[in-house]
Amino acid sequence: MFAAFMMNTWIVATIVAPVAGVVGFFVVLRGSAFPAHAIPKGAFAGAAGASLLGISTLIGLAVFSLLGALGIGALGRRARQDVATALALVMMLALGAAFLSRTTEYEPQIYSLLFGEVLGVSTTELLPVAVLGVICVAAVMVLYRPLMLSSVVPEIGEAKGVRSHRIEMCFLVVVALATAMTVPVVGALLIFSLMIGPPAAARSITSRPWAAMLLSVAIALVTVWASIAASYLYNWPIGFFVGALGALSYGAGRAWAAGRARAVRPPAIQPLTQG
Amino acid sequence: MHQVWTWVFEPGLFASAPVRVAAVTGGVVAIVSAVTGVFTVMRGQSFGGHALGDVSAAGGSGALLAGLNPLVGFVGLGIAGAGVMDMIGVRRVRGRDLATGVVLGAAIGLSALFLYLEASSGATTGAPAQILFGSIFTVTSSTIPTVIALSAVALAAIAVAWRPLLLTTVSTDIAAARGTRVRLTGLLFMLALAVSVGLSSLAVGAILSTALLIGPAATALRLTRTVAWAVVAACLIGVGSTWLGILLAYDSYYWGASHQGLPVSFFIVAVIFAGYLLSGLLAARPAARRRPPVAPPAAAPASERVAA
Repeated sequence: MFAAFMMNTWIVATIVAPVAGVVGFFVVLRGSAFPAHAIPKGAFAGAAGASLLGISTLIGLAVFSLLGALGIGALGRRARQDVATALALVMMLALGAAFLSRTTEYEPQIYSLLFGEVLGVSTTELLPVAVLGVICVAAVMVLYRPLMLSSVVPEIGEAKGVRSHRIEMCFLVVVALATAMTVPVVGALLIFSLMIGPPAAARSITSRPWAAMLLSVAIALVTVWASIAASYLYNWPIGFFVGALGALSYGAGRAWAAGRARAVRPPAIQPLTQG
Repeated sequence: MHQVWTWVFEPGLFASAPVRVAAVTGGVVAIVSAVTGVFTVMRGQSFGGHALGDVSAAGGSGALLAGLNPLVGFVGLGIAGAGVMDMIGVRRVRGRDLATGVVLGAAIGLSALFLYLEASSGATTGAPAQILFGSIFTVTSSTIPTVIALSAVALAAIAVAWRPLLLTTVSTDIAAARGTRVRLTGLLFMLALAVSVGLSSLAVGAILSTALLIGPAATALRLTRTVAWAVVAACLIGVGSTWLGILLAYDSYYWGASHQGLPVSFFIVAVIFAGYLLSGLLAARPAARRRPPVAPPAAAPASERVAA
């Protein structure tokens, strides 16, 4: 399991999980699960386009995920966000379908882009993934206060001069960057599980933001490590384990919260953050 | 005149059996999606509508693996998914977002597993792309009656629950005060949505399922002032875009010298998307002067308007 050919997999997973944990914390807090699903899925179309043009997949993913983020932000100014997200997503997927009809991309390659191919990580890919990861986490840290304000109490945020829409755009771009780096590794569809399951579980266990964020990173790490190990042992796709463990950890978090609520004390005051 | 005719409708269009089947199935799916879509958009459940498509696609690949009729898998797992989403909290907007996300994540994991098992048993090729994109031209005429029958069930559910549905959509508080069973209505709507989305992702694929559900409804809600008119307009827009898309896809085979058509889902989505953008331009001016539409797409029920 820890043979030389698996080392890159472990390293890359250890980079990806904290990023998903940190970004995912805000995804859950802001209720941005749909964009977090749509951006990676739409970015997949970029990979198809890149293979059509014969350029690097990473560029295709980055361009399309940024386009998706900006598109959702722009359309979302004049309509509700979920409608904007749905329309941006289907448009990107439609482009992807058009690209695919023109290439002779192999099926397995599509499958691995969708569901991830951790074994396929080469050493040269490690550096860009690490750099993008650091940028994402740094961006979240820089934006921490305005993000927190505009997520939890947008009215106070506005009053303090936080531009909700601009923050939203920045946040979508961060999600897009996180997407571009993680899609080749865990796949377009499963990065989403990693951004939802662990943070959601963490937030049902504690309502303190920093603790929840750390916990979310920890759960994401355990999820990814366990998934790689299980995938190695049972030869089933890693995506299945990430999805299952994500849902399980959320279920466990809810059970924990329910158990604590039934205990003597009423739950800690959390209507604002729990919203 | 004849030349124009054959330029627009390339030879063989109306004689082609796949085109006819696609036009009928696409039309039926477009109408059901448009009706459910108007409520989906007003209730802010676009994410749920999209997620149910992926959930039912997972059911489809599971059914394929188990040797069942795909329709059972699509609609069955879709309904189960809708039930779980409702159970873990689709009532509040923020909780709904999360509940949908968790169910979707689990379903995607299942898809990954099923597709992997199918690929390793050598049963299918092209399954991932098929599930992701789908193609309206692969529908067989034998599935049409089933699609129509189940569509009728979904439409009937919405027609029966029309008033409570409208009330709970506009304001859960008022609805509850008037004795409407908010929870039950929500569940009923989710089930109708699951059936409608399951059918459409089976018949026309995941992309078109979401596109036909959200696009025409969002466009119609921008252009009309009452829900009833929005439903009518959404149906017309949906059917019109579908047929125009099929026509363009058929004609695209004759564009250029390479004789390589583009996928029909691309054209339908492009038409719907263009229509939505256009409606923004059309609606922007008059709406500013006149009063705002009765059912503004942004009307989240007051009690649910959590720090969004």
